[in-house]
Amino acid sequence: MKFLDVIRTAVHNSFRSKMRTALTVVAIFIGAFTLTITTAIGTGISSYIDNQLASVGSADVISIGKATEGDSTVDDGPARYDPDKATAASGFPGGATPPGLPVGALSDDDIASIRGTDGILDANPVVMVAPSYIEFDGNGKYELTVNPSAAVTKADLAAGSQLGGLDDTNELLLPASYLENLGFTNAESAEGRTVTIGSSTYQGEMKEVTATVVGIQNESLFGSGVGLGQQLTDALVDVQNTGKPRGAPVGYFAAVAHIGSDATQPEIDAIKADLEDQGFVGRTVADQIGTIQTVVNGIVGVLNAFAVIALIAAGFGIVNTLLMSVQERTREIGLMKAMGMSGGKIYALFSTEAVFIGFLGSAMGALVAIGVGSAISNVLSETLLSDLQGLDVLKFAPASVAGIVLVVMLIAFLAGTLPARRASKQNPIDALRYE
Amino acid sequence: MNTPILSAQGIRKSYGRGSARFDALRGVSLDVNAGESIAIVGKSGSGKSTLMHLLALLDIPDGGRISVNGTDATKLSVKQVNQLRNEDFGFVFQQFFLTPNASVLDNVVLPLEIAGVSSKERKARGMAVLKQLELDDKAKNKAINLSGGQKQRVVIARALVNNPRVIFADEPTGNLDTATGSLVEDILFSLNKEQGITLVIVTHDVELAARCDRQIYIRDGLEEGIDTTAGAAA
Repeated sequence: MKFLDVIRTAVHNSFRSKMRTALTVVAIFIGAFTLTITTAIGTGISSYIDNQLASVGSADVISIGKATEGDSTVDDGPARYDPDKATAASGFPGGATPPGLPVGALSDDDIASIRGTDGILDANPVVMVAPSYIEFDGNGKYELTVNPSAAVTKADLAAGSQLGGLDDTNELLLPASYLENLGFTNAESAEGRTVTIGSSTYQGEMKEVTATVVGIQNESLFGSGVGLGQQLTDALVDVQNTGKPRGAPVGYFAAVAHIGSDATQPEIDAIKADLEDQGFVGRTVADQIGTIQTVVNGIVGVLNAFAVIALIAAGFGIVNTLLMSVQERTREIGLMKAMGMSGGKIYALFSTEAVFIGFLGSAMGALVAIGVGSAISNVLSETLLSDLQGLDVLKFAPASVAGIVLVVMLIAFLAGTLPARRASKQNPIDALRYE
Repeated sequence: MNTPILSAQGIRKSYGRGSARFDALRGVSLDVNAGESIAIVGKSGSGKSTLMHLLALLDIPDGGRISVNGTDATKLSVKQVNQLRNEDFGFVFQQFFLTPNASVLDNVVLPLEIAGVSSKERKARGMAVLKQLELDDKAKNKAINLSGGQKQRVVIARALVNNPRVIFADEPTGNLDTATGSLVEDILFSLNKEQGITLVIVTHDVELAARCDRQIYIRDGLEEGIDTTAGAAA
């Protein structure tokens, strides 16, 4: 029997008992549908994070904090009191330690020693500024959130340019979501306009600083909040420190250092090890995003595992379907063998039938998943997730969809081996006597 | 004399073991010459079907020797046996063994499909043999929708489509009424006379057996008339 005839006959045979084939196909369909959707979620979120990573860009930035020792107070009890550390920690400009961060402040001496580390080009302390409101053209005062990493990252811009382009200007990046409330009609109309920022002094007196909107950025994971240029930050720190008693200790919860943009991974690792020896912890942007990606991959992995379990269950459906089919077609198999069909070809016939059922279920599952998933993704990105511009929750990569179909066909083939073997081993005489 | 197309020498075959052991054949010898028609006659359970299965190389004897065209069957490879059954043998069974929901033509060309003949040639040869059996107008019908006589003609067409040298027929008229049965018999014997196809017919029908050139009577696994004492003892 020719290869094409084997396929044709197998396809034909699989449609003989339509109900049984249909039910098996449904089982595979569910597994393939789930697997396609979960994989698409993984692809969608990963590619979003990758895009964000690209927009964050600066691979040459490393953020540095104080390493904390003995932080497992459960076992060891509280750490010994260190007067330097404590006084520095109480001196964050603008307030107390940000919640969730390890208490370990960097002093000016620490910044100096970071600057002196091999491979570090420059280092600046991250200062916390907490301006009270933002206003444009008398349209009312609105609260604002500052994006602490704006100075060291590249924003995903809707209009305008990045921070740092203009000298002697209080530069400011405005998130797209602020436009309407402040009274701008669109992103372009806000570019180059002057806004007023209010901040209170150390003694609670309100002072205003003017700033120029240089760019408008899309909402994103790493770029929510208003981005402040270095000069504007300095101006706001000046306001905050107005009236602050002299000699009060100064501390920073983190510093941002630049390294050579062509630094290789081993070089970065060496710098990090060097920092660690001095009692600091350095984290690159990739390290921080890597954590998020690990979590996302973990979740997607669990979802995929469920889909694979569904597929394995469907595989037993194939075994069952084909065993019944072999039983029903005993005489037909015997006849074909009597007419000189080899056991190998009989095996191929039933295996092909299994693979075809697998193909049918997985192709339908994948196609429906793509259809439904794309629709859901579109709806979500216009409603629930509209704040995260550029996020397609479900992203269907042709290669991974093809991979899923192939994997399901492989599972189907494996499921088909047992019935196919049984069919190929049948003795034509016993089969022909069978009533 | 020419080499017989099929030859069996003292073949034995038993099924089961121990007390359940059943000796279907206890040493039967038989030569089938090319072009003759031979009837294997016996009652149900006499071992006549087993003898036909062994001659058609569908089964392997426990003892004795089967030769095809003078070649010992045990010396043939599995592939050669398959090819021999596919190209030189045709089978007609009492229970038809047609695929019910496939078309008449598809049923008839099954041996050609197994042989790997192209689809175009299969159709041409299938239609030719259906025309020969006056079934060409039923080619597209489903096999299940035919009458018993038509079904048996389809089975004969399927046996003929590979231009076999031997047709094995197991109770070819067993499921048919007398009139249809004799029609089917006429077809088989005309193939024997006109195309020189060797016929091996297994039957318990004495009238059908009488139409064959030669009759072999099987009783309790032995050929009757050669060893009657064994038969009487059993």
